[in-house]
Amino acid sequence: MTVTTVIRRDLLLALRQRADVANTLLFFLVVVTMVPLGVGPETETLRRIAPGIIWVSALLAALLSFGRLFANDHADGSLEQMLLTREPLALLVLAKCAAHWLVTGLPITVMSVLLAIMFDLHADSAAILVASLAIGTPALSLIGAVGAALTLGLRGGGVLITLLVLPLYVPVLIFGAGAVEATAGGVSPQGHLLLLGAIALGATVLAPWAVAAALRISME
Amino acid sequence: MLEAIDLECQRGERLLFSGLGFSVSPGTCLHVAGPNGAGKTSLQRIVCGLLQPTAGEVRFRGENIRSLREEYWQSLAYVGHQNGVKDDLTAAENVYFAAGLAGRAATHGEVLAALEQVGLSGFEVQLARHLSQGQKRRVALARLFLAAAATVWVLDEPFTALDVRGVAALSALIAQHLQRDGVVVLTTHQEVAIDGRVERLALDPAPAGGAAPAAADSEAGAAA
Repeated sequence: MTVTTVIRRDLLLALRQRADVANTLLFFLVVVTMVPLGVGPETETLRRIAPGIIWVSALLAALLSFGRLFANDHADGSLEQMLLTREPLALLVLAKCAAHWLVTGLPITVMSVLLAIMFDLHADSAAILVASLAIGTPALSLIGAVGAALTLGLRGGGVLITLLVLPLYVPVLIFGAGAVEATAGGVSPQGHLLLLGAIALGATVLAPWAVAAALRISME
Repeated sequence: MLEAIDLECQRGERLLFSGLGFSVSPGTCLHVAGPNGAGKTSLQRIVCGLLQPTAGEVRFRGENIRSLREEYWQSLAYVGHQNGVKDDLTAAENVYFAAGLAGRAATHGEVLAALEQVGLSGFEVQLARHLSQGQKRRVALARLFLAAAATVWVLDEPFTALDVRGVAALSALIAQHLQRDGVVVLTTHQEVAIDGRVERLALDPAPAGGAAPAAADSEAGAAA
């Protein structure tokens, strides 16, 4: 019950702070569309590098959005209230990550359909790209939350999040983009997707506890 | 019901207090007094379990709150220095979500009633960013009207930014909570009359590096 309250509250806040959410998504879109301008319009080249570009842009867009994950709640004291509820904090953290995914990971996944068409990906590659983003972006939200919690209240936290979190994103990136490349190369992407799923599940189980512990320390 | 045993708190290099102990029985308000920097807010955060004391422990019904955790927090209501009010939510939404977060789901009617109690009827659908400091404080305090189930109320300077009527309404609410055998831990610089048993805990600022002498004396009737 408390979990649904947190999700509803965060979604309502995202709706009221539309500009923040739109910034993240526009950033994603702009980075992806910039690449063809830099690389040149050869369809074959673009088709080959598209999965990598889309995945890297998704990582960067996700990183951009973690500033607001806990910082606002910390500044106005809502986080204190969240620390003093009868539900385990890890559960509330999971709810916050779910809400974060709904306003960043999910739109990115949906937008990637459009981008796949733009890069002229084959239908099966496009489907795997969307699938890999659907599986991988929750992991981005969860892992990023650990970084956001650890850097809460620090000066220059934004840069620090990037340094902390990007290395942890590497496996997600490799298996996410790898799945699409495998399909394009005629190999089954199953292995990549399964490993991606394992990372996402592992993050779902472990990250909330890490975030909860980090938040308690930051609040002292 | 609520006991502190040999608490010591150090913030940075400074020892705020040490060897601090008190015991609050049901129906009692503990008024923590002391000048700025004496450690009142730190003491309250320790009582809430947000801050870990450098030594000593806080017990609720005889058990350390650090092992009770969620079990303790479900019977705790904390209105801290920060309001915990979201600028982008309306007054009513703020109260509604705060109650839901505390696990005390409130109906629309209860939320409106709570806002009316703090004198905010007519402001229900105003975004909190358009409210004044005092009104935001009232939104935070409206939580307390829905927190009858919480036994322990920890209130950090609840009277600041409130007008005379707000102060009267809040002290009446506190008195009512004391009558229910609740416990209130309160800091305030204002002279407020609370109808009920009030004990006073004076925190003296520690001389740099030294230990803080803490004196507790109790008085019946109105708080000083």
